Amino acid sequence: MKKKLMAVLLSTAMVFSMVACGGSDNSAETAAPADNSAATETEETADNSEIKIGLVTDVGGVNDGSFNQSAWEGLQRAQSDLGIEVNYLESKGDSDYTPNIEQFMDEEYDLIICVGYMLADATRAAAEANPDQKFAIIDDSSCSDLDNVSCLMFKQEQASYLVGYVAGLTTKTNKVGFVLGMENETMNQFGYGYCAGVKDANPDAEILQTNANSFADSATGKSSATAMITNGADVIFHAAGATGLGAIEACKENGVYAIGVDSDQSSIAPETVITSAMKRVDNAVYDAAKAITENAYSAGVVTYDLSMGGVDIAPTTDLLSDETIAAVNEVKEKILSGEVTVPADKASFEEKYGDIYTLDAE
Amino acid sequence: MGSLVTNLGLLINATLIATPPLLFAGLGSCFSERSGVVNIGIEGMMTIGAFTGAVAGLYTGNGWIAFLCGGLAGAILGLIHAIVCISFHADQTIAGTAINFLGSGLALFLCKALFDNSSDTPALDTTSKLPKIFEGVFPVGSFGSNVLNVYGVAYLVFVLAFVCWFVFYKTKFGSHLRAVGEHPEACESIGIDVYRVRYTCVILSGFMAGLGGAFVTLATINQFRPNVIVGQGFIAIAAVIFGKFTPHGTTWACLLFGLCSGIKTLASMSNTVSPNLISMIPYVVTIIALILFVGRANAPAANGKPFVKAR
Repeated sequence: MKKKLMAVLLSTAMVFSMVACGGSDNSAETAAPADNSAATETEETADNSEIKIGLVTDVGGVNDGSFNQSAWEGLQRAQSDLGIEVNYLESKGDSDYTPNIEQFMDEEYDLIICVGYMLADATRAAAEANPDQKFAIIDDSSCSDLDNVSCLMFKQEQASYLVGYVAGLTTKTNKVGFVLGMENETMNQFGYGYCAGVKDANPDAEILQTNANSFADSATGKSSATAMITNGADVIFHAAGATGLGAIEACKENGVYAIGVDSDQSSIAPETVITSAMKRVDNAVYDAAKAITENAYSAGVVTYDLSMGGVDIAPTTDLLSDETIAAVNEVKEKILSGEVTVPADKASFEEKYGDIYTLDAE
Repeated sequence: MGSLVTNLGLLINATLIATPPLLFAGLGSCFSERSGVVNIGIEGMMTIGAFTGAVAGLYTGNGWIAFLCGGLAGAILGLIHAIVCISFHADQTIAGTAINFLGSGLALFLCKALFDNSSDTPALDTTSKLPKIFEGVFPVGSFGSNVLNVYGVAYLVFVLAFVCWFVFYKTKFGSHLRAVGEHPEACESIGIDVYRVRYTCVILSGFMAGLGGAFVTLATINQFRPNVIVGQGFIAIAAVIFGKFTPHGTTWACLLFGLCSGIKTLASMSNTVSPNLISMIPYVVTIIALILFVGRANAPAANGKPFVKAR
């Protein structure tokens, strides 16, 4: 009996650690009802109040401090600017995606935004079955062949390249670190961009890499970063959600530099976080909502890159030298002009830099 | 990769990061379970402790006070669990599940109410966190720095484990608490106040779970987020069962989990093994240890059964 209970507990713990960005599951009730009423009060854009846009999150939920939250913030901004009606449904597990999408369809939402590549299959099925319903999906391009799905993609490798460039210029030991949250196509783009940036700025630099395999294990993030620092790294970039908070803390305690991700994370450790690779999911969602109000919805892939403000390096530069800032701005111009192309996949990365990014699957 | 000594230092360092939250919560859970009250609300109590610790650190600027505040917040949830389970004889598993929802929901709600609708608290200064021992004595990255320059509480928790063992086996209260978990009717007949013992134990377990949660936000990292406590509470309960409901057994079990986390860190540096396999290490090791070395874990006879006072 007790062994059975033990097994249940262990599997619960395992599931918890796997739905990494979880932990905010029970928050839907607190926020959702308040949002419905606000839309109708906006006066000057009253003609948009009939438009309803719904957001289906992945298991992270709207408080994940990462792209689900960013997406919802973008939609809330659209609500106050455009006077549309918005709502969200959180998915507690993979089996919730389809019911959540169907609920929005039943309530006749004009656009359903699905957050994350994990919703790709559910989105495809719903879009094929309901050709008149408009969809948008973030971080996935597999539905680009359907003419009612707008795929919002990001060039995270460009932002990662810029912070990698900063890391390459900043390191004194010629060793930098990278903590990854999970290995997949999208996440690897952070690694490709970062490694390329480091190498272009400083060909002698070595990149220590760890895949923590969780977005919510701050203890592992901390011990991984400590191991890198022990082995000589003095700048560490993380793309690992809450796991990365542990990495930043390890940098702070050991007096080395850290680089944040998704948003400007310098407020977490102002003396430690020198820059951040920003991914503006909120801008993409806002634009998608705006397109609906202007009757300008378009299906297919929209890629948010440096030039569109979809990705960028953080505005905070207090800890960077003027030379570094100038060099990064210069390389940013080169990316914008097309003189420098940042590799986004294994083949193009290894062609130029060799097999130095070790976290991608063979 | 560095030398053997360096890696040993890293292993100990990682163990001292991962073990304390589990051990605080696990030791607390021993009290509750042995007195006869199942407490699966540990996770929720840790979450509220983590949140309160971070907030108290912000407002008081003192890590120790903040740490105790985290414990007190856990104790309040412990009190609720005690009232529901002991005085009102509710199903303890259901009450514990409710505590889990209450803990994480309340933490998020209060966080949004206090900090302008943000789901994370502002970051704490190093001075508002728990103090480290031997700060600045050893060079960065050395064995000494990795093993000794850690948060004092990470060592203190092992002293606490000894204290718990002492209370369990060397004090009158300890024998009372073990007795009421086995046969509350007999205890009552000889004049032991079963309710009082159980109330004390459940509140204590909430307090210690709160400390475990506060360790995460005041030592491991420096802010609260809804996903800083994910599964540690359940691991702690597993460690208690694994440790046969004794403080010393629980300590070894928590150390094993912590050590596995260290092995996980070292193993993922070389990148030759699939990260998914590495992530399974703590769970696989537990199952193997359970089958080969531990044998039957006997729960206290009256565990989970509501006790109704005779008139």
